[in-house]
Amino acid sequence: AAVQKLADAKDEAAIPTLIAVFGYNNPAAAVAAVTGLTQLGEASVPQLLAQIDDYNYGARAYSIRALAAIADPRALDILLASAATDFAPSVRRAAAKGLGNLRFAKLPVSERQTAQAKALETLLFISQDADWSIRYAAVVGLEALAKNPDLQQPIQARFAEILAFDPENAIRARVQLAHQ
Amino acid sequence: MIEPMAEEYSAENAPPLTKEQAIANLSSPDLSLRYYAAWWLGKFRVCEPIVVDALVAALEDEADRTEMGGYPLRRNAARALGKLGDHRALPGLIKCLECSDFYVREAAAQSLEMLEDIAAAPALIRLLDGGVAAAIQVPGRPHLTQPYEAVLEALGAIGATEAVPLIEPFLEHPVPRVQCAAARAMYQLTRDFSYGEYLVKMLDNSNLQLRRVALGDLGAIGYLPALDAIANAKVENSFKLIALKGLLEHQLQQESDACSVGADAIRVMNLMDSLL
Repeated sequence: AAVQKLADAKDEAAIPTLIAVFGYNNPAAAVAAVTGLTQLGEASVPQLLAQIDDYNYGARAYSIRALAAIADPRALDILLASAATDFAPSVRRAAAKGLGNLRFAKLPVSERQTAQAKALETLLFISQDADWSIRYAAVVGLEALAKNPDLQQPIQARFAEILAFDPENAIRARVQLAHQ
Repeated sequence: MIEPMAEEYSAENAPPLTKEQAIANLSSPDLSLRYYAAWWLGKFRVCEPIVVDALVAALEDEADRTEMGGYPLRRNAARALGKLGDHRALPGLIKCLECSDFYVREAAAQSLEMLEDIAAAPALIRLLDGGVAAAIQVPGRPHLTQPYEAVLEALGAIGATEAVPLIEPFLEHPVPRVQCAAARAMYQLTRDFSYGEYLVKMLDNSNLQLRRVALGDLGAIGYLPALDAIANAKVENSFKLIALKGLLEHQLQQESDACSVGADAIRVMNLMDSLL
């Protein structure tokens, strides 16, 4: 409840405290903190990036979820690395979803294409992961990324492959939903 | 059933092996190589007649024994055979239900659940002999007289409706995990929603392990009315995702239209998306 109050206050001075809540092993408080940080938006991004917990993957997953929800493209590099190589599936899933939703339009035109290409490359790569839940998150990320007209063609091609070859019914159904 | 304990290795830290090496290792003089090969062939689902034959032979291994008289290689071979899904393993696995090693019986029951062959029903039912009264803790061991959870779940999965009167009393067993297994099987065999609701109530239990078990059971039976309860359960998202995948798969099976997904399946996927 104290965290909820802090989150509702929408005070930038609360940002470090809200981030610290991720490490308390209290899911309800952590969810409230993610919501609070998301509402603070771009103002929380520098500290979220600086305070990623390298040792506690639970805390790290909440940081990545907050960054994914804020969708500030400054999070691109951490989302790329997390989606591709984090050892915790929860972190990888959150990052994959976040990569698709980044607000690339905020980047200068000169950087935009490179950033989108990197997001696409990583999501295509992890859409072949052995873990079905990572593939599921990759499809969700790709579906969002396909809102960028330039990226539609390779994404649709990959979706067609998944529909034809993915062994999991659930993954194929998620691709069908993306088409619907 | 969610049982990470059964796998002592993970795909990431597994020493690399080729199929030919693994098959050869199954009869290696080095018992630890045999044990590892049996796990490896199941993990990577090397489903070939020669592998099935070798693993079935390993179900009768006498060389690999623990101090307590257990049969580690038989346990791993039984687990692997469930993953391979070849019904030629059926007689061997059924025979394992009579093994003196509890963990061999448990692994065999779990694999028979995966094979979903009704021919296994009589042998599984025999393990319920004596009913709840006989289902007590073995002195000095961390388990009951029989692998009741695995047996009940297997009977449910293979559709052994004749076992319903024998399974129902286990809803009153003092061990909650056994109650969950009984409720899961009863739902599968009767489609009576009260058994699904029994599992939904378990999601409020104060014990996290038990909430995870109930979540796994709801996923296994694909009980759609549990959707919101699953979403709100105080359990890690990873477990919720697995349960929701179970609901989704069940829902997709019900839907005949292969070209589009229906409203219920979409509800499940929207929820899964929110848990990523």
